[in-house]
Amino acid sequence: MAQTRFSAGRRDILRILGTGAAASALPFGIGLAGAADKLVVGVIYVGPRDDFGYNQAQAQAVAALKKMPGVKVVEEEKVPETVAVQKTMEAMINQDKASLIFATSFGYFDPHVLKMAEKYPNVRFAHCGGLWTAGKHPKNVGSFFGYIDECQYLDGIAAASVSKSKKLGFIAAKPIPQVLRNINAFLLGARSVDPKATVKVIFTGDWSLPVKEAEAANSLIDQGVDVLTCHVDSPKVIVETAERRGVYSCGYHASQAKLAPKGYLTGAEWDWQTPYTQIVKATLDGKPMVNFLRGGLKDGFVKPSPFGPAVSAEAKKKSEAVKAAMLKGDFPIFKGPLLDNTGKTVVAAGKVLGQQDPLLESMNYLVDGVIGQV
Amino acid sequence: MSETTDGLAFGSLALALLGGALRVSTPFLFVSLGECITEKSGRINLGLEGTLVLGAMGGYGVSLLTGSPWLGVLAAGLCGVLMGLLHGGLCSLPKVNDIAVGIALMLFGTGLAFFLGKPLIQPQAPMLPSVELGAWSDDEQIRSALRINVLLPVGLALAGLLHWAFRASRWGLALRLVGDNAAAARALGYPVVPIRIGATAAGGFLAGVGGAFLSLYYPGSWNEGLSSGQGLMAVALVIFARWSPLRCALAALLFGAAGALGPALQSQGITAGYYLFNAAPYVLTLALMAASWTPGQTLAGAPGELSFTQR
Repeated sequence: MAQTRFSAGRRDILRILGTGAAASALPFGIGLAGAADKLVVGVIYVGPRDDFGYNQAQAQAVAALKKMPGVKVVEEEKVPETVAVQKTMEAMINQDKASLIFATSFGYFDPHVLKMAEKYPNVRFAHCGGLWTAGKHPKNVGSFFGYIDECQYLDGIAAASVSKSKKLGFIAAKPIPQVLRNINAFLLGARSVDPKATVKVIFTGDWSLPVKEAEAANSLIDQGVDVLTCHVDSPKVIVETAERRGVYSCGYHASQAKLAPKGYLTGAEWDWQTPYTQIVKATLDGKPMVNFLRGGLKDGFVKPSPFGPAVSAEAKKKSEAVKAAMLKGDFPIFKGPLLDNTGKTVVAAGKVLGQQDPLLESMNYLVDGVIGQV
Repeated sequence: MSETTDGLAFGSLALALLGGALRVSTPFLFVSLGECITEKSGRINLGLEGTLVLGAMGGYGVSLLTGSPWLGVLAAGLCGVLMGLLHGGLCSLPKVNDIAVGIALMLFGTGLAFFLGKPLIQPQAPMLPSVELGAWSDDEQIRSALRINVLLPVGLALAGLLHWAFRASRWGLALRLVGDNAAAARALGYPVVPIRIGATAAGGFLAGVGGAFLSLYYPGSWNEGLSSGQGLMAVALVIFARWSPLRCALAALLFGAAGALGPALQSQGITAGYYLFNAAPYVLTLALMAASWTPGQTLAGAPGELSFTQR
């Protein structure tokens, strides 16, 4: 017992709990004392934390939270977007005394987070991806998200530059606004290089279906697509399949460059540390809940992966120029005239939708040039 | 969307379905052949979904550690044998229901695999090699459709072998006798319980190998959504195939093609109703179950000792 107390693992735990005077206390005492005067933050993931994708990106930010003084983190992985997430939230609130909960998956928001927020008005709920609306949703709920479509636009530039067939492929889970916005931004980026480029979309129906994702990748490649990207929870299978078949890929959520040393062009990555620390700081300082938090490249919420070896100097230059404009905040992606792929005008000529425009967060169309159907 | 004529698109779709059938069917094939052996002995092992997932995890882990994917396949098979022995052993205790044990083992196997498999999600293990049956063609689509793994022909050959063995070999007939009428088998001096345990273990071995195919060849990665119910569908498929190994092989190919239908149609630009097409394998399972369970008809080919044929 005395020996284990001084081992590295135990010291780490002590440090995380931050109880300097607790060296003489027993572990149980530490736990209780820690819970009483610390902010307990609960984090809920829809999949495993090391999935090379969505959950990993969240977990990287949570790792930074754990280093903040006065914060204790409790986590649960693989919580489905059903009533199960309500049970997890209740357990975190009642058993772990959590007073701030990060619900990181899109489907947690309505009705699960909203229901819990009404039941526990003193607990704060931060949801990733939802659209918090003043007057409609409770004050103790907040939503944070990043304008990752900026990185998707940059991906599109790189993709259309290396593509020979000018047919690009996008494997998506579900036709929700964020996914559609990514697909459309990818196409618009590609069309800024080649106005004839097209994007073929395959919807697999769920966030993690490895066999279907591999099948989708293969059938797209069979149809002449030579750059693949995706919006699923873990792009691992898709990037690996693309590499095996000798076509290019753009990553998503986190960097998959390691998985495809030859074909990886660039990717759209999250950097959640900024919003996470902002929300936790507001809670620690007793300031009101941050209800609506958004940011793009400029704010450090998202970042592109470093370029792979296949991207030409010319394409890099073009992408860097657009990125510089985005960093300055004067590069709107969606501007009129913009048609959807059924021929209907979705953004009228002369109209420009800024990145912050909430209209973009209820996107329900695929723009002209995307082959697919919502 | 209409770059190709209808005829060409149709050929391309057929090729995509063929490719899908060849790529996706192997786990169905191995699990259903394994279940076929088990059910012929008079027991149902519903836990093969768990065995498949555990085999996928074990195979991936061993391939990663040893650098040899074939050792991974062997390890996956051994995981399956252990699961099979557990099921066989538990069901040999008095008053134990094989279906309930199967469901318990399904949850146990997937849970254990997820728990032990946490550190395996990130690393890349060496993959099984593929065989280029389409090397004669210049067409990339044909070549990719005919790029198969050696486990597929092994599985198909095994289906033929089992078909012969169930009819003509001594142990095959003993197995069927045990499954059809335990009392008669006992009277003839066959050890009923050991044969059943052996059949469940053999079934587990094949299901484990099916799992190794998932993690080591296609899609070729370990993660928790890898199987998404394929083991369960394969068990249903045995009933549809009426306990015939050859029909199991056909049904596995059919399920593989059904799984490829959704992505194949969307990549061709046929995008309406993709939810329906994506659900094709499940719809097929339901439809086939409904078709083969017509009330009032006897269940032709069902082993007499199965718990649902016993009255």
